[in-house]
Amino acid sequence: MIAAFARSLLSGAVVSGTPLLYATLAELIGERAGVVNLGLEGVMLVGAVAGFVAAVHTGNAAVAVATAALAGGVFNLLFAYLVVTRRANQLATGLALMFCGVGLSALIGARYVGRQVSGLAEVPIPTLAEIPVIGPALFVHDVLVYGAVPLAVATWWVLYTTRWGLALRAVGENPVAAFAAGKDPRVLQYQALFIAGMLGGIAGAHLSIGVARTWAEWMTAGRGFIAVALVIFAKWQPLRAIAGAFLFGGAISLQLQLQALGVPISPFVLDMLPYMLSLVVLAVWGGSRRHAAPGSLGRVFQGSP
Amino acid sequence: MADPARGVVARRGPRLPTLARFAGLLAFALTVFATLLVAFGKNPLRAYVDIVSSTLGTAHGFSETLVKVTPLLLTALAVALPSRIWLINVGGEGQLFIGALCATWAALNLSGWPSVPLLTAMALLGFAGGGAWAAIAGALRARGWVSETISTLLMNYVAILLVQYFVFGPWRDPEGVNYPQSASFVDAAILPSLAGSRVHAGLVFGLVALAAFALVVTRTRWGLELRAIGGNAEAARRLGVPVARYVVVLMFVGGGLAGLAGMAEVSAIQGRLRASLSPGYGYTGFLISWMAGGHPAGIVGAAFVLAVVTAGGDILQMTQALPGSAVNILMAVMLFVVLGHKAARP
Repeated sequence: MIAAFARSLLSGAVVSGTPLLYATLAELIGERAGVVNLGLEGVMLVGAVAGFVAAVHTGNAAVAVATAALAGGVFNLLFAYLVVTRRANQLATGLALMFCGVGLSALIGARYVGRQVSGLAEVPIPTLAEIPVIGPALFVHDVLVYGAVPLAVATWWVLYTTRWGLALRAVGENPVAAFAAGKDPRVLQYQALFIAGMLGGIAGAHLSIGVARTWAEWMTAGRGFIAVALVIFAKWQPLRAIAGAFLFGGAISLQLQLQALGVPISPFVLDMLPYMLSLVVLAVWGGSRRHAAPGSLGRVFQGSP
Repeated sequence: MADPARGVVARRGPRLPTLARFAGLLAFALTVFATLLVAFGKNPLRAYVDIVSSTLGTAHGFSETLVKVTPLLLTALAVALPSRIWLINVGGEGQLFIGALCATWAALNLSGWPSVPLLTAMALLGFAGGGAWAAIAGALRARGWVSETISTLLMNYVAILLVQYFVFGPWRDPEGVNYPQSASFVDAAILPSLAGSRVHAGLVFGLVALAAFALVVTRTRWGLELRAIGGNAEAARRLGVPVARYVVVLMFVGGGLAGLAGMAEVSAIQGRLRASLSPGYGYTGFLISWMAGGHPAGIVGAAFVLAVVTAGGDILQMTQALPGSAVNILMAVMLFVVLGHKAARP
């Protein structure tokens, strides 16, 4: 009984934490280039619906994930155009992007509500999957779950060991200095936001074709905003994001497990758990982390060549 | 020299009158949305004709538009007021729900009171509830702990779940059969409406709040201090302006206005508490405030336009088989063009 509960809890934490990790990395890359994107929720929804539609028509999960990534990337370019080229306010534009994503995904997905896809297949890892409790909980998942942690490591590697990563961080800290050093902040911000959009799209696709295997309007339920909070919690460090995302995955999983067990707590109170946890985490650690933020975060680069 | 700023502030090209410019941007947004509708095999011309004729074409349609203008005015002010000092309140939706929740408590527990004191209690509690909810975010911000943008966003989800908890749980009307809702309010708890329509006294709240907002920001010492904080918070603080207190108070008053919108909705429109009491009025109010640049006259205009779009969303759902949230695209594109047009002030 306890072993079964622990297994479901752990397995659920991994599955729920995966889209959060992709989304957190998406937000982190953009913020490292100095751009806050509150529209990530909308990007995820567009990715979720694009991946689902592709899965319905092709039946091929790889094509579906690629479609979701492309859709998310292109959709985020709209945001990039407004905040980088048109120099619009990032926070307000981000929220408008969220609305746009909500509406667009609803429009695209209207004909697909209620349909089911086989989605991403579970790929048990040989031998590891046979370890009691931990094996079935950690090593019987789809490829996106396995890819999440390596992606966080890769993000760390790109940001901290490559020239492009250095340039990106320089833009986030001080775009004027980066510009003087020969790096056009706008080009790097476009690149960062396109990659962020792709990751956000994958995050959404994992929800629609990896977890739910169906499409529902606004199925992300605020996970895009939780990811924004997680970036602060992670101090803008990709490796810390791993811990944050799976901690929150654990909270979501615990809430689902308690509901499944029929614990006499209102499901609505349990549903508050991830949002409350985000607030508490930010209230406790947020203030001390302000100084870890990229220097130019949220500011608009006004300099022109 | 009539205008000493002339020549200092560079102006690019001739400046169109604000109204004409706004109309041009609106036309552009409508064109973008129309193109999208065509791509999805819908007839945009018919969609727009449906929206306009159903909202502005008949007396009933017009009154229903005013019904939607009412909460939008209040939720837009809930954003516009804190934005005077660059606070970004995205929590209008949650504050509206908490206001509705607190007003409902009064309606259910003080049902023996006569109408005027009962409605006053409901309005005060709705205001205080929404205000307190927003003030939490304000206090966290004033201490430099949590950005009010992200905290108000997250608290929206908590507020809606809290209302769901009450209508599915302790306040559920046993006579409501399968529909989760509170017991219906006594007549004394219903705000008076204009005869033959659903236009109710809440519109007066909205207009009074708007007038008060315009007066405070332009004619009082508070408005001057707000401009000082908005211009340079550090300088204002050193001059003795209590910046932290303003942060909390502005969030409280802003949240209170959204809470008042929630009170008016449960009292005049629903007559009971339901979890479906708002189709996103709080979020739409945010768009309105940013579209209007926080300007009082602009808020009225934008609230009216977006009320037409919101009402139009219901119509399109019926006549064009579009999902109800598709009009979110139109609202978003409207804000995109305004924000992209110039670095707009909220």
